[in-house]
Amino acid sequence: MPKRVGMEVSIGASEAVRLANVDAIAAYPITPQTHIVEHLSEFVANGELDAEFIPVESEHSAMSVCCGTSAAGARTFTCTSSQGLALMTEIVFIASAMQLPIVMILANRSLSGPLSIWNDHTDVMLVRDCGWIQAFGENGQEIFDLTLAAFKIAEDHRVVLPFMVNMDGFILSHVIEPIEILDQETVDKFLPPFKPVYRLDPDNPVTMGAFAMPDLYTETKKYQDERLKASLPVIEEIWKEYGDLTGRYYHPVETYKAEGAKTLFITMGSFGETASTAVDTMREEGEAVGLCKIRLWRPFPYEAFWNAMKGVENLIVIDRATSYGGPGGPVASEIRSALYTMENPPKVVDFIAGLAGRDVAPGDYKAMYKRAQERIASGDIAGYEIYGVRE
Amino acid sequence: MKNLGNLNVYAVRLLPKTEAIAPGHRACQGCAEVLAVRLVGKALGRDTVVACATGCMEIISSPLPTTSWRVPWIHVAFENAAAVASGVEAGLKVLMRKGRIPKKKINVLAMGGDGGTSDIGLQALSGALERGHNFLYVCYDNEAYMNTGIQRSSSTPFGAATTTSPAGKVKPGQVTWKKNMPEIAVAHNIPYVATACPSYPFDLMEKVKKAAKVDGPAYVHVLSVCPTGWRLPPDLSIRAGRLAVETGIFPLYEVEEGRYKLSVEVPKLRPVEDYLKIQGRFRHLTPDLIEKIQERVTKDYNKLLAKVRFSEEMS
Repeated sequence: MPKRVGMEVSIGASEAVRLANVDAIAAYPITPQTHIVEHLSEFVANGELDAEFIPVESEHSAMSVCCGTSAAGARTFTCTSSQGLALMTEIVFIASAMQLPIVMILANRSLSGPLSIWNDHTDVMLVRDCGWIQAFGENGQEIFDLTLAAFKIAEDHRVVLPFMVNMDGFILSHVIEPIEILDQETVDKFLPPFKPVYRLDPDNPVTMGAFAMPDLYTETKKYQDERLKASLPVIEEIWKEYGDLTGRYYHPVETYKAEGAKTLFITMGSFGETASTAVDTMREEGEAVGLCKIRLWRPFPYEAFWNAMKGVENLIVIDRATSYGGPGGPVASEIRSALYTMENPPKVVDFIAGLAGRDVAPGDYKAMYKRAQERIASGDIAGYEIYGVRE
Repeated sequence: MKNLGNLNVYAVRLLPKTEAIAPGHRACQGCAEVLAVRLVGKALGRDTVVACATGCMEIISSPLPTTSWRVPWIHVAFENAAAVASGVEAGLKVLMRKGRIPKKKINVLAMGGDGGTSDIGLQALSGALERGHNFLYVCYDNEAYMNTGIQRSSSTPFGAATTTSPAGKVKPGQVTWKKNMPEIAVAHNIPYVATACPSYPFDLMEKVKKAAKVDGPAYVHVLSVCPTGWRLPPDLSIRAGRLAVETGIFPLYEVEEGRYKLSVEVPKLRPVEDYLKIQGRFRHLTPDLIEKIQERVTKDYNKLLAKVRFSEEMS
């Protein structure tokens, strides 16, 4: 029986990558991702992981090298944050179009400017449409589990797509938590070595990354879209398999005390933990409130989301990025869009909170709840409100 | 003729029959770049993986659903051919080490144009050279962004008219001097750097073979005449390449472990005008500008000769 050990979440994440026996890691240091690459390079230096560690000169090259290693047939991992993701964005989009099953941990951090190293979801929202599978973990154990399962999902021949595990910077990356690390034997049973569909092999030459004229581009995009959507049942299947193995089951959408709730908070990532504490208190105070956590951001799990919305009157979305001048934060905009075809959809109040490490404590959820009630009562629920602005 | 000793292939019939790039691609008539690509492919053989930068050679060879490539080939983006090749090299290495693919020598070739090499791809190239990957980078230098319509690059020579360095009433075309990319490669202390030109096909292939053999990064800079961009009749491509060498504008040399050696010695350089006057991109040049170019070429050539002499003295 594996033991729960207290460790920094970044170490836990690195352990998952080590246990996955990755073949290649290419990364460039950026706060708050650094601890992961530091631990991984230590594993390689000590011979605890037989992999090529390629310390590149930029994140753009990190993702480019990953494309090369993955296309060569190597199990490939990288991680980054914020500006690093912004710099590699060009290649992030290409990796999914080329169906290279790279796994990346994104230690979420705000984008400059002003420069800030602290956590929010501005970086991941930049690449919302990049065609990767994108999931969020709420605590260290989830990051460990999601990362291990990510390799299996990404490399599954029904999927063959890159996978991004989102992990809140500092809030998770630099925090010590009890994490249960699986043993190698269990992992090996769950995760066989990477068998690429195509690889760069002189005995079987293939052309990768050909260009498309207008008469074929649309078809390639349709294929890519269908491919990503079709990954949903495989993700659910592999998460179930992982659950059967470890007892920890993951779902695209998860709820907490949603039964009988009139109002649900919607969070992604580590905010789910604080939100649950807030929900506990508010329930004790008699409020019919619960929590809905979106774990899988892409492909967006419509069915699971609609099921979670049944009978719900109000939604309070906690967005952690701004879409300047837009109709809402990125999450609320998607939620409103997803609700459009629902009969009697819940009302959506959107708060942008917790930008660049600004703490959002249980009391803040209570305050947002109160403010949402006021806005719903007044009938003014359009747009978004940036919460907690200092006067 | 004293350099004949460097060559071990002299006759066309002795050239390898294998081709990495198939006929039927979409290159312009008289394109010396695709000729160079073909020669490089012949020199490397089939056990080669190519990482190609965005540009002419990518566009002419890979329109979906067709391909001209008979070797495994990957294109990811414009500025990252060296990084992608780094990944391919590292990937193949680790898979061979772990016994997941058979152990054999596979050449990893990264290729890009002058823009993809000396401008936008310079950082990725520098990183890959510094990290010491065992790969060969070939820059096919046609001295401008030809694929997007003849815009100037840092590799465009002084005085050349391009669409973004037009010859106007106050500016004589490109006003900066060509970036010396081979010297930048040399500065990385890599085992092998060479310049080449498909007008000297055997020399080019010998260099590519040598480059593939060294343990570590190698860089070959190939002057690739572009009739379309240089405003030159396609039948003069090979001639123009020869003139570039004979005038000393593009000397052929190699730098092995830091030691410089001329590959084609030109006892008496021809005047640069012989090279300039056959190209429409230089047609606006006045005698004083041609003189200015002549001075610079002579100076640079002498600098190179000094390095060659120094290398001879040191060995």
